[in-house]
Amino acid sequence: MDFHVTKEQEEFRKQVSDFLKEELKQGLWKPTIDAWIMAYDPAFTKRVAAKNWIGLTWPKEYGGQGRSAIDRLILTEEMLRYGAPAACHWFADRQIGGSILKYGTEQQKRELLPQIIKGEMYVGLGMSEPEAGSDLASLKTQAIKQGDYYIVNGQKTWTSGGTYMNYLYLLARTDLNVPKHRGLTEFIIPKNLEGITTRPIHDITGNEAWNEVFFENVKVHKDCLIGKENEGWRQVMEQLAFERSGMERLMANYPVIEGITQFVRETKFNGKTLSQDPLIRDKLVNLKVEFEIGRLFMYRVAMVIDEGRSPEWEASMSKAYSTTFEQRLAAVALEILGLYGQLAPESKWVKLDGLAYHSYLSSKGYSLQAGTTEVLKNILAIRKLGLPA
Amino acid sequence: MNLSFTEEQEILRKSAKDFLASKFPKTKVKELEESDKGYSTEIWKEMSDLGWMGLFIPEKYGGVGMTFLDQALLMEEMGKVCMPGPYFSTMILGAFPILDFGTEEQKNKYLPEIANGRRIFTMALTDLNGKIAANAIDTKATASGNGWVIKGTKMFVSDAHVADYLLCVAKTSDTSEPEKGLSIFIVDGKDKGITRTLLNAMANRLCEVKLDNVVVSKENILGQLNDGWGMIKQIFNRIVVAKCCEMLGMSQQMLDMTVQYAKDRKQFDRAIGSFQIIQHYCADIFTLVEGMRLGTYQAAWKLSEGLDCMKEIAIARSWAVEATERIIGPAHQVHGAMGSAIEYDLHYYTRYLKASELTLRSADFYPEVLAQTIY
Repeated sequence: MDFHVTKEQEEFRKQVSDFLKEELKQGLWKPTIDAWIMAYDPAFTKRVAAKNWIGLTWPKEYGGQGRSAIDRLILTEEMLRYGAPAACHWFADRQIGGSILKYGTEQQKRELLPQIIKGEMYVGLGMSEPEAGSDLASLKTQAIKQGDYYIVNGQKTWTSGGTYMNYLYLLARTDLNVPKHRGLTEFIIPKNLEGITTRPIHDITGNEAWNEVFFENVKVHKDCLIGKENEGWRQVMEQLAFERSGMERLMANYPVIEGITQFVRETKFNGKTLSQDPLIRDKLVNLKVEFEIGRLFMYRVAMVIDEGRSPEWEASMSKAYSTTFEQRLAAVALEILGLYGQLAPESKWVKLDGLAYHSYLSSKGYSLQAGTTEVLKNILAIRKLGLPA
Repeated sequence: MNLSFTEEQEILRKSAKDFLASKFPKTKVKELEESDKGYSTEIWKEMSDLGWMGLFIPEKYGGVGMTFLDQALLMEEMGKVCMPGPYFSTMILGAFPILDFGTEEQKNKYLPEIANGRRIFTMALTDLNGKIAANAIDTKATASGNGWVIKGTKMFVSDAHVADYLLCVAKTSDTSEPEKGLSIFIVDGKDKGITRTLLNAMANRLCEVKLDNVVVSKENILGQLNDGWGMIKQIFNRIVVAKCCEMLGMSQQMLDMTVQYAKDRKQFDRAIGSFQIIQHYCADIFTLVEGMRLGTYQAAWKLSEGLDCMKEIAIARSWAVEATERIIGPAHQVHGAMGSAIEYDLHYYTRYLKASELTLRSADFYPEVLAQTIY
């Protein structure tokens, strides 16, 4: 047993943190919450790529650094701590690269991985559909084989980063005559193919957060297929474990923790700072405990990945737990801000730059993205604890 | 960073699990709960033969010389069976303080006797106010001749009814800073002036101990005179982690029982574990238990390595006390009425877990440790 990271890992954390502090000092960007999914900045992504920090865990022969999942967790932890605009490469780095490595052909690995690593390939996720949310396997988008191509028709929704993404991950039905889990196939396709159109969806904060993506007779070359035809369900399950595994489920609102702590330290009432109020002290201590336990959940997921196992139940647990934490964090922050909590980011007199306000509204989606809390608990109960389906 | 056990730890866990399962079926726990002593001297002897009484005591004092982490892992296994008896008291409340703070003479005198299973220790800390704080100690020790005279009433003293020695905390100086006026005395349980009364408590054996002008020689002061509170805080670090380990074992067992019951119990022609609400209760308990596991192991490892770990201990404690009710509640809900029946085993875990929670809650100075790290 050993709960410490190595000296090299501590050193690495410092490198990342120094880099981000310097970027902040130069005013290259402003810290935001949800930065990993909302803050698109191709120039930042290129600078991260120049540090060799994309594809950190991938094998050296494909341009990666061959480092551990713990190393990557440290990297992402620091990115989130500073609210850095890493959304362009986040999805490809987190889950698409891993899928290509595991299921891709040699040619796909040689072509696609270096593009991601160079910070040039931004992949949006085409999984959910209007009629296929938690019941993802019931999706209807079809990819019907015709010679060297698949003809894709249908619609995806909740696809992140529609305008910036230049590639799409696509899960589509390639066999219409088998049970729903068996006829699915994974593709990675350029987003500029003819017949693809997008329409933005604005979320509760007013941000252009997601997109609907429409496919009308889109010709997808067979070389875009990842893994085996009709094996998509099995393959995507593993990808989803990685999608759920990351620090972004716990730390996407770290600037709110820092902001509210600062606020209670500095704000005085009746001659005392709010931080001296025992009720507020108690609330923040509880959040601290929940945060630290969440962090342990996250590190365990990385340890499991480093052991070469898919962190299926561990990631389900950490994601369900941590998004609940983030929702509570936002609610507590608003509660402490009181009447000021209702002021939006651009308002006169707004506190914490409106981060807590934004966090509260945004956080309602956390327990729905990448597997609802209900689906994740089902995974824990059925697949890990062995309760009957 | 890794969470794996050493080969030695795996062996200890496995052998402990097998031994404890065979020695402490619930029929035995019930029998011991109803007995006068509250434990079995025969099983105590067997545990001593296994080296458990001196697990972390260095070899030069007759022990096995393993680590606090090993001890912690053993406590987890003991929690799984709700093991009754004065093991926790003797090891965590007695042997560790002597090892950590005793003079060489005290260590040579007491530790070998503990390691060979012949002596039972406990600690008399709390007074009638029931609080754990430097200014909560009313029991007084007055210097007299070559020693001290102790007078006061100690409460919630575990296993005092069978203890050979009590580490008794008393006020030795009337300073305005109560942290600097407490001392710990090693008191012989048979000394004149001591009256021990067993309380009727939820799980563990707890006693009232009256000290009516008990005379103690000055050689029996543990560590430094007036440095009692400093020691108590360190002793409490071990208490908290060891309790968390027991609670982890109990909680894991409660989860396992709940899942099994959900699989076996049929209503509406199907296992109730096929209902999503029951599945989610189980998933919730599972998550709480795993949080307890990670928080507890982190604290145990750091403490065992001698690293600064007040923060980690405070986290483990807070998590354990908050999780307890959230584990017990749904576990009972899934078990239905059967969970409340005395003939069914769930109540052992409910009682021992809740009692442990209350013990940890008494150390309410820990949240402030965390507050200090935030501000």
